[in-house]
Amino acid sequence: MISRWLYLIREGFRSITTHGFMSFASVTIIMACLIIMGIVSLLSVNIDALIKDLEDQNEIVVFVDEDIADENEAMAIQGSIEALENISYADFVSREEAMDNFMSKYDESLMEGIDESVFRHRFVVHLTDIALMSQTQAELEALAGVAKVNAHLEYAKTFVTIRNVVSVISMVLIAMLVFVSIFIMTNTIKLATFGRREEIAIMKMVGATNGFIRMPFVIEGLVLGMLGGGLAFIAVWGLYNVITGKLVGTLTGNFISVVPFSHVGFEIFVVFMAVSVMVGVFGGVNAIRNYLKV
Amino acid sequence: MVLMENVRKVYDSSNTIALDNVSLNINEGEFVFLVGPSGSGKTTLMKLITGELRPTSGTVIINDYDMSTIKRRKLPKMRRTLGVVFQDYRLIENMSVYDNVAFAMRVVGAPNKEIKKRVPYILELVGLDGCEKRMPTELSGGEQQRVAIARALVNSPRMIVADEPTGNLDPARSLELMLLLEKINEMGTTVLVVTHEKELVNAFNKRVITIDSGNMVSDGMEGYYV
Repeated sequence: MISRWLYLIREGFRSITTHGFMSFASVTIIMACLIIMGIVSLLSVNIDALIKDLEDQNEIVVFVDEDIADENEAMAIQGSIEALENISYADFVSREEAMDNFMSKYDESLMEGIDESVFRHRFVVHLTDIALMSQTQAELEALAGVAKVNAHLEYAKTFVTIRNVVSVISMVLIAMLVFVSIFIMTNTIKLATFGRREEIAIMKMVGATNGFIRMPFVIEGLVLGMLGGGLAFIAVWGLYNVITGKLVGTLTGNFISVVPFSHVGFEIFVVFMAVSVMVGVFGGVNAIRNYLKV
Repeated sequence: MVLMENVRKVYDSSNTIALDNVSLNINEGEFVFLVGPSGSGKTTLMKLITGELRPTSGTVIINDYDMSTIKRRKLPKMRRTLGVVFQDYRLIENMSVYDNVAFAMRVVGAPNKEIKKRVPYILELVGLDGCEKRMPTELSGGEQQRVAIARALVNSPRMIVADEPTGNLDPARSLELMLLLEKINEMGTTVLVVTHEKELVNAFNKRVITIDSGNMVSDGMEGYYV
């Protein structure tokens, strides 16, 4: 049994070295596809993180009813607000704090002769899912003691649209790249099988099972796929660090924060390996299918 | 061993009737020549035996396997009961003589120990001892066909099926090869030789089955090819 497996593995590697140029081409193509896939994914992850940041900054302001002047009475509404499903957290801002904030932003002369009683107690509310902003706004407005709710629905809609578009584009691109990789891998191994068609015919004639005949080609696909996947991972890692290093250091400064590679590296490695194994095995099985029909 | 009853084979693509109502029986241990002109249906009949084709109608039983109904996954097991020899040898050029023969054992999962014991024995049997390390291109046609016979024999099949095995050989080498097949037959293996070489067939007093235009026209013990 062990010698049988050793033979199959040796045959798989023999095919790789025999068709050196084609093997090199397969690895390169898989690598190229995975690098593009990796860059698209990392771009998507960063855009998603950026949108999440912006979402966090996109707060709803809930104004307490004018009749509730007492601070403690106003603060009691916080429980009802935070009990709503889509609320991440709510910060209470008293009318004094609201006035201080106003004065720090605008000219103090504007407030001459006016005291804090013109301001209302309020809550600055952060949502869990910005896409549900409109529904949450209605729920907040329905709460007792709430006079008005200020929400930037148009921003929320824009963020959600951007996020959805980025997700769809990434998914489509990734699906296309996986398809291209499988196609190229299949054709590469097909060339190898064409060169060995006589060998395969003899194997069939002496009674080798389809599984036995297929296995070296599957091993070949697996090894080439994993090699391409591994090299692509290293390349993406290096590229990402170089590009983000330059971006953070120069152009964007403090405006954009990039997701560190270490936060997504493991997931990318797992996805690359899974895709390359799938591409390799599927390519190997697909390539030899026609020769096994006899 | 081989039982065919009312076998008909029609090729779907061209509607050609390759075999029509052929019935024959080859018993264990027999040496049989299957003869006929080109296009008579010999190759079709051989492909029915090896499982490359299925009959359109009729019964084909090879070494207890019913070839009309055999499942695809059972074909490898059936084929291990046969050893097939082709006119063009079909050796793997980048493998040595030893590896070409050992290959047939490896692909059916034979252990290394058994391969190391069996291959030299078979090569000696076909008269190729000492040629283990040579490559097929370094051998004469007759020697290459001996390697092909060794490969067919190495898994101890119940029957050897040889399709025009002497087609690429001169008369002297053809006779040598046929004597080798006769020797193998005397050791207990059934041999079916498909050929159209009259002189060679008539030099041996063996059973001769003749087919022409898809029909079996004669079947005689110690027969002649006329």
